[in-house]
Amino acid sequence: MTVTERQQLSYIAAQAADARVNLEIETEGMTLNIGPQHPATHGTLRIVAKLDGEQVVAAEPVMGYMHRGYEKLAEVRTYPQVTTLINRIDWLGSFANEVPFILAAERLMELEAPPRAQWIRTILFELSRIANITLFLGDMAVQVGAITPVFFAFRDREHVLNQIEAATGGRFHPNFDRIGGLKDDLPAGWIAETRQAMRKIRAFCDEIEELVEGNEIFQARTRGIGVIPPDVGLSYGLTGANIRASGVDWDVRRDSPCGLVHDQVDWKVWTHPDGDSFARFWVRMQETREATKIVDQLLDGIPSGPIMAKVPVIIKVPAGEAYVETENPLGVMGYYVVSKGDLFPFRVKIRSASFSNVSITPWLLKGVYVPDIITILGSLYFILGDIDR
Amino acid sequence: MSSTDAVEAGAEAAAPAADVEAEALLARLSDALGGGLVESHTDQGAVWVRVERDAWADLAGFLRDEEGFGFFNFLSAIDWMPSPFGRDMDSSVDNALDPPEPKEPAPTETGVAGGDTRFQLLARVNDVTSGRSIIAKADLPADDLRAPSWVAVYPGADWHEREAWEMFGIDFDGHPGLRHIYLPGEFEGHPLRKDYPLLARRVKPWPGLVDVELMPEPDDDGDAGEGAAP
Repeated sequence: MTVTERQQLSYIAAQAADARVNLEIETEGMTLNIGPQHPATHGTLRIVAKLDGEQVVAAEPVMGYMHRGYEKLAEVRTYPQVTTLINRIDWLGSFANEVPFILAAERLMELEAPPRAQWIRTILFELSRIANITLFLGDMAVQVGAITPVFFAFRDREHVLNQIEAATGGRFHPNFDRIGGLKDDLPAGWIAETRQAMRKIRAFCDEIEELVEGNEIFQARTRGIGVIPPDVGLSYGLTGANIRASGVDWDVRRDSPCGLVHDQVDWKVWTHPDGDSFARFWVRMQETREATKIVDQLLDGIPSGPIMAKVPVIIKVPAGEAYVETENPLGVMGYYVVSKGDLFPFRVKIRSASFSNVSITPWLLKGVYVPDIITILGSLYFILGDIDR
Repeated sequence: MSSTDAVEAGAEAAAPAADVEAEALLARLSDALGGGLVESHTDQGAVWVRVERDAWADLAGFLRDEEGFGFFNFLSAIDWMPSPFGRDMDSSVDNALDPPEPKEPAPTETGVAGGDTRFQLLARVNDVTSGRSIIAKADLPADDLRAPSWVAVYPGADWHEREAWEMFGIDFDGHPGLRHIYLPGEFEGHPLRKDYPLLARRVKPWPGLVDVELMPEPDDDGDAGEGAAP
């Protein structure tokens, strides 16, 4: 064997050894920062993901970039002033934020809004839901790389926002709910226009269904991804469409109604057995349609009468504690109000839906692949104002 | 939801039935916790219980495993001390308009289901199949602000306990990692305590001040005028 041949053999052996080492691959962990600025985060949420290759080993959401301390600020505001703050919690469905707080104050005062106010409240409550979830339906497609649906969503959400603006004067922050009723009655012609807007929203749902729901890429990216078993979801406090997509048939609007008139109309709570990202999208799609039906029925039967109950000019809420929760667009939202018979609430605990909904992410993101982080976060659907409060 | 008549009839019959059910639940709870159950209160089907701090974790375990309260709603705390700050804490601009009077110290009063200490834990869990819910409280002595963690029972309590730790300074034994959740890591103090001043009020005039001062005084019967109803 010549020297050159020996050299060649040792070279081949070295190559083979290298190849073996590469086969038993040992990767070094990598930490990936997602956010604080990412379209999937609806605000500024940062996810610190520890990766092994493409797989997430551990994920930790970091929030607080938008913490405004509403629980502390509410302690130095009068009851009517608090609604201005809590409008900014879930800014896509603002009116729905006001309702549980006002209902809690009304419960402490042993006061009930007149029937007409309750009906209009429920209509505006459902309109906020439609305005909120419409954006989700378009946005979910963005998370899998389709840009067009979100423009449809912005276009058609405008019909609902116009109606909210016509009734309340504010597109995003109505600040319209009052202790004992509502600020104003509906403007003339509003009912017919709202009916038209509901038709447009139903057409939008059909359009999104055709564009997105049957799409092969969308299905491949969402079916079987991010599965939440019902008992795990409940123990993390998941609510709204997120828990109904895991097959839990629970809706506060139906099961413990309080102050709103959802029990006066005929509607259905939608659930899905799968618990994956697709199921969460599907349930929200059905809920939007159902909400348009609720609004249509409520528009038929608005009772006549006053819009405000008799309420003193200076509102002092009697001492006591009340917790009221409602089924908001993002899930169950509740206020635990402690009053000491003063102008100001003594303590307001805000139970916001997104805070609990997102608290499952460290559990849920473990073991998924990096691109799925985005679709899972998109399908959980949170608003940062609702997490950070 | 198809028959509104049936719903209305059900709502009327529900109040006493819910109270009977609540009493039964409280009796079972009292048996399970022994002397741990201090006080309870029911109001139209809503149930409040106050337990000893040592029974706090047992309460969660009992509610989830024996009673089916699988849904964790929220966990927080209440600082019952009246705020020591009055309008003298407002900014100098506001004070020029309205000379402040130092606030007189008020006695500490606690709310539903009573309480003996300044800090009180507050939590709520639901049973989504039957629609029941329960609000739990526990007194925490001021010199030893710690409580057993609920994370082993309800994993969702993790973030809520981090928030209560940061906002009230309550330690949770058995929590996997009490770190700041909203505030920056170097933040000092516990903002939701009543003796933590709201500094923003000091440095900026309060926009709501003028509105409050112009409001009319209430009549003797406490009812000033007939509201803004049309």
